Amino acid sequence: MSILLVMIPLSIALLATAVGIFFWAVRRGQFDDLETPAWRVVLDDDSRPPQTIDGGEDR
Amino acid sequence: MTRCFHCHEPVPEGIDITVEIAGEPRAMCCQGCAAVAGLISTSGLAQFYKLRTEPADKPDENSRRWDVFDREQIRDAVTDPLPDGSRELLCAVPNVKCAACSWLIESVLGDLPGVVELSVNPATARLRAVYRDPLALSEFLARLDSLGYRPQPLTPDAVLSAQRAERSSALRRIVVAGLGMMQVMMYAIALYAGYFEGMDNATRDFFRLFSAIVATPVVWYAGWPFFAGAWRGLRTLRPGMDLPVSLAIGGAYLASAWNTFTGGREVYFDSAVMFIFFLSLARWVEMRLRHQAFELGYAAGEELPQHALRWTGERWEPVALAELTPGDRIRVAAGETVPADGVLLAAAAQVDESLLTGESRPVPKHHGDELIAGSLLLDETIELELVRTGRDTLLSSIRRLLERARATRPRQLAAADRLAGFLVIGILVVAGATAVFWSQVAPERAFEIALAVLVITCPCALSLATPSALSAATTALLRRGILVVNTSALETLARVSRVFLDKTGTLTTGEMSVFRCDLEPGTDIDETEAHAIAAALERGFSHPIAAAFRPFDDQRETGRVRNEPGQGIEGTVDGTKWRLGRAGFACWQASQSMIDDAQGIVVLANEQGPVARFEFTETPRADADQTLRALDVPVTLLSGDAPEPVNALARQLGIDEAFDRQSPADKLLRVRKAQDEGGTVAMVGDGSNDAPVLAGADVSIALGKGSAMAGRQADVLLLGERLGAVAEAIDTARQTRRVVRQNLTWALGYNLLAVPAAAAGLIPPWAAAIGMSLSSLFVVLNSLRLSRRSQEDATASTSTRFAEAT
Repeated sequence: MSILLVMIPLSIALLATAVGIFFWAVRRGQFDDLETPAWRVVLDDDSRPPQTIDGGEDR
Repeated sequence: MTRCFHCHEPVPEGIDITVEIAGEPRAMCCQGCAAVAGLISTSGLAQFYKLRTEPADKPDENSRRWDVFDREQIRDAVTDPLPDGSRELLCAVPNVKCAACSWLIESVLGDLPGVVELSVNPATARLRAVYRDPLALSEFLARLDSLGYRPQPLTPDAVLSAQRAERSSALRRIVVAGLGMMQVMMYAIALYAGYFEGMDNATRDFFRLFSAIVATPVVWYAGWPFFAGAWRGLRTLRPGMDLPVSLAIGGAYLASAWNTFTGGREVYFDSAVMFIFFLSLARWVEMRLRHQAFELGYAAGEELPQHALRWTGERWEPVALAELTPGDRIRVAAGETVPADGVLLAAAAQVDESLLTGESRPVPKHHGDELIAGSLLLDETIELELVRTGRDTLLSSIRRLLERARATRPRQLAAADRLAGFLVIGILVVAGATAVFWSQVAPERAFEIALAVLVITCPCALSLATPSALSAATTALLRRGILVVNTSALETLARVSRVFLDKTGTLTTGEMSVFRCDLEPGTDIDETEAHAIAAALERGFSHPIAAAFRPFDDQRETGRVRNEPGQGIEGTVDGTKWRLGRAGFACWQASQSMIDDAQGIVVLANEQGPVARFEFTETPRADADQTLRALDVPVTLLSGDAPEPVNALARQLGIDEAFDRQSPADKLLRVRKAQDEGGTVAMVGDGSNDAPVLAGADVSIALGKGSAMAGRQADVLLLGERLGAVAEAIDTARQTRRVVRQNLTWALGYNLLAVPAAAAGLIPPWAAAIGMSLSSLFVVLNSLRLSRRSQEDATASTSTRFAEAT
């Protein structure tokens, strides 16, 4: 059981790292906008001029 | 045909510009692209072309003058000074498209002397920079512009920043609670296993100690808002639901800590952290709902440009937003946000008003139409003559109304709060009594059972039931351009039994259309011919009647057309002389004037005599018919107009009850009468001369735009031009009522059932924590359905737009 003496403190260290990374991500604004990125996939072709959507090399 | 290497647009005939990129000559379509590509290449950043996933935007040829941002007033408006003397800039860069763009910007601008920090978030298309002297703001922005990006400095809005701060701190607490909970549960499983299988005291204490180590930050950091709330409640002598929550958390934590160090019987760290996590989660959802309700109007305010180009009489001069006054002529470029309300001087323009009205379709505007501050100009550069600036703009009015909505507490909430207040006191009494009872019967279980009672009876679900549903509904409505000024109105709206509608400006757009055409007996002209002649005569005019004839114009030739103001017009069509106007004018000889010289009737005549007479009616709104069918409550039309057009419109739209020639006092009387019969009345009007009726109705809905809106005392404002919003508002109000009832039933029923079970000692604390938090989550998620539905609709409209675009 003495392996616990290593594993549990190790898990706590990992936990602390995870929390630290998360705090950093929040500070960098990664979670500021949770909606736009999802829409971006659907919407970005809208803003392009039509010729780049259906245009071939021969035009 | 070759394409520009930079922007992928075809290279026009006769243009031969190449730029050497990574050792290869590449074709460019214009000097602008060549300049940008050259800059990228000579900075050693040609990798951009390999990394990017989208072609770059063609740089703006008439590059804007950024010098204006060095004027102190404008600089202070868009940047915030930091304590160490540097300044922070937040700006939207709409054409940042992928990670390669942000890499390019960060690489080129990050090396400018004076840039302290720079980050570009491609997901949100936002740039944040901290800079100091010697770098001037204009230099930074001009540099960004020279790369082909159009920065739009944002003015951080205090309310929005506060919301963002609240959100990120709540998010941090949730994650700490969630991760901590996972660890503590893991240890708890080991402890439970040891409880049944046997575990030596040293191992047990070891697990307990680590549980305590993990639980401490969770309780004191993630659980802090509960303690703070409980303290606030105690100080103001209005104990809220935070009090039993923090008693439970604090009690469980302290008892467990004590047992950990004295080797006592039981620890409850798992219950405490689980309770905190699930409760924070429920509150997070509620907070998101609350915040979204305010984001729409505010976000538009944040994107207002801080400067504008004003015509001084001989040239365009950059001025600060605050310096603009009504009457100024300003110029707005494509892709920019309109800074103040103004009348369009150009022939036509397309704008996106989605930040204001929730309507995502581009809105076409014509010469003389009003553009509102906060709308995004989509096509080319236009000029505007301002009519309202600063605090008077529609955007500011909407924001003030939102503030007002937030400052007043709806009736339903006050009632729920009072109930929760009583419940809190009741719970404390019950928990105390349970503790006393069990300490007589089984002292070792007394604490555990009292804790379970405290946790399971927490009226959190009850206090979240109403506000979460109301915020979800207001958000859903605002997304469709319906601004609920008075939240209590949602309750009344759900009970509405009769809707009164005004005619002009409400059911109709105010535009005219030809309603009837009577041919004079004995003429050899048919109706189509008469319409076409009238259309040809009216071709050069812009008043409503001329517009009504426009669809009938078949481009026949006209001679010179003479306008007799207030009477009519005279001109030759196909060689014949015609007059169109009031009967007295149109008939050359008074004796021919057999027709009643009434308002709203126009006569077409030639020198032989009258040929046709036209009657006009106002065009109903495009969605009027559909809306009236969607409304499942009886509708009454109230109008100040003459019987004929009113009845005609009522017939056309299938309205069963219509009253004509109604003065505002008559209208009010009708509303009162319906109320006396026990009905709940909603009045829909454009607000300009309906103020007393709107005030007299149980719920008032005002339609239309413009300055008049600010002063209107309506409960619900429709920001778009859609009448269908009325039906949607009533529909949403009914759903909200349903959801609130479900929530309250659930919350109360759950509390009533759980108390006896917990007091009898049947429920361990951890189960109590799960039960109570799930009940809160259930309530909040149930409310969330209200806003989900509107998102589905939004998805539908977006996908149609997408389909149209491709």
